Amino acid sequence: MADPWNEPLLCTRGLACGVNGRTLFEDVELTLSAGDLVEVRGPNGSGKTTLLRCIAGLFTEEAGSVRVRPPERPLYLGHKPGVNPMLSALENIRWYLALEGLSRDADVCRDAVDTVGLGRAGRLPCATLSAGQRRRAALARLVVTEAPLWLLDEPFSALDDAGQELVRSLIDRHRDAGGAVLCATHEPVGLPDAGRLELPG
Amino acid sequence: MSIAVAQVRRDFLVAFRARADAVHPVAFFALTVVLFGLGMGPDRQAMGELAPGMVWVLALLATMMGTDTLFRRDFEDGTLEQLLLHGRPLFVAVLAKLFAHWCVTGLILTALSPLAGLMLQVPAEGLPALAGSLALGTPALTLIGAIAAALTVGLGRGGMLAAVIALPLFVPVLIFGAGASLAAASGGSPAAELLWLGALLAAALTLAPFAVGLALRVSQEY
Repeated sequence: MADPWNEPLLCTRGLACGVNGRTLFEDVELTLSAGDLVEVRGPNGSGKTTLLRCIAGLFTEEAGSVRVRPPERPLYLGHKPGVNPMLSALENIRWYLALEGLSRDADVCRDAVDTVGLGRAGRLPCATLSAGQRRRAALARLVVTEAPLWLLDEPFSALDDAGQELVRSLIDRHRDAGGAVLCATHEPVGLPDAGRLELPG
Repeated sequence: MSIAVAQVRRDFLVAFRARADAVHPVAFFALTVVLFGLGMGPDRQAMGELAPGMVWVLALLATMMGTDTLFRRDFEDGTLEQLLLHGRPLFVAVLAKLFAHWCVTGLILTALSPLAGLMLQVPAEGLPALAGSLALGTPALTLIGAIAAALTVGLGRGGMLAAVIALPLFVPVLIFGAGASLAAASGGSPAAELLWLGALLAAALTLAPFAVGLALRVSQEY
C-alpha cells in the first residue's frame, strides 16, 4: 500500500463538467503535490469557477474523478467572500475556526486580522467596509486554515497593490509549508515554478 | 459540539445586529392579533370558539415569513458554502442554526400567545394548552419551513414556491395545534393532541435537518 504522505494532495482523472447539458471542459488531468502552484487560465465562461467548485465538492462532475487526499478538506475562496456583513472580520474568523474545528483563541483571530492589514477595521461590521477590505476579511481564512490544498478563485480581484502582494506572500508561505494551491486567474500570479492549466472555453 | 455553540452564537449576534429583520414575524403576529381583536367586535361567545384557531394560523404565517429568509443571506454572502464545506457534522450545524432561528421567532410567539389569546377572548382554561401547543408546534413548523426554504434558496425569489411546498406539511401541525387549545377551551383534555404534536416534533427533529442539509447541497449546483 502506498504511503499516504506520498499521495498527491489533489488528483483528478478525466474530469468533465457541464452546466445545463453544455459541457464546459473535459479530460482535465491534474496532480498537485506539496509545494505545487497551478494557475487555471481561460476566457470568461470557460469553466474555471466550475472546476474549482467541483474539486471543492460543491458541484457534481459529469465524468471522471476527483480525489483530494483525505482526511483534509480543501480551503475554497470563491467569488462570494464568505463573510457575513453583519459581523466584524474578527467575529467571522472566529466562526470559521469553529467550523474547521480549530482553536478559537482570541490571539489567533487578532493576528489573522492584523496580518491581512485590517487592524482596527477588523472590529467593525463588514457591511461598513469597502469591497477590498471585505476581500481582505475573507483572506484572513488563508492565515488561520490548516488545509493543505487551497482553491482560490480570482484571489486578486478588488485588491490594491499591497493586497495583491499579501496574497502572493500567503501563497508563497503556504507552498513552503508543504501546501498546494490551485488558482483561477486572468493575470499571472507572479511566483516562480507555477504550473498552468488552460481551459479552451 | 463547538460547531453548534459557535453557530448559535453567530446567529444570535446577526439577529441582534439586524434587529429590524428579526422582529418582522413577531411584529406581524402582534399587529394582526390586535387588528383581529378590534375587527371582530366584542362577542365573547363567538370569538372564544374561533380564537384558538386564529392564533394558530397567525403563528403559522409568522413562522413562514421568518423561514423564507432563513438561508438566503448566507447563500448570497457565501457563508453557506463555507458551512457546507467545513461544518461537520452538517446535521448539528443545521440544527443549531434552526434552534437559533426558533429562539427569535417561535419562542417569542409562544411567550406572547397567552396575551394574544386573552385579547381574542380565548377562555382562561384554554390558554395553557394554547401556549403548550405552540411550544411544541412552532419548532416543528420552523423545521418543516426550513426544508422548503433550503430547496428554494438558489431560486432568487422563491417565497411563493416555498409556501406551496411547505403548506401541506404544515397542515397536520395546524390541526393538532388548534385542536389542543380548542379542546381545553371547551373543558376537555388536550392530552391527545399534544402527544400528537410531540410525535410530529420528534419526527421533524430527526428527519428535517438531513433534508435541509441535502437541499442546501443541491442549491450549490450552479
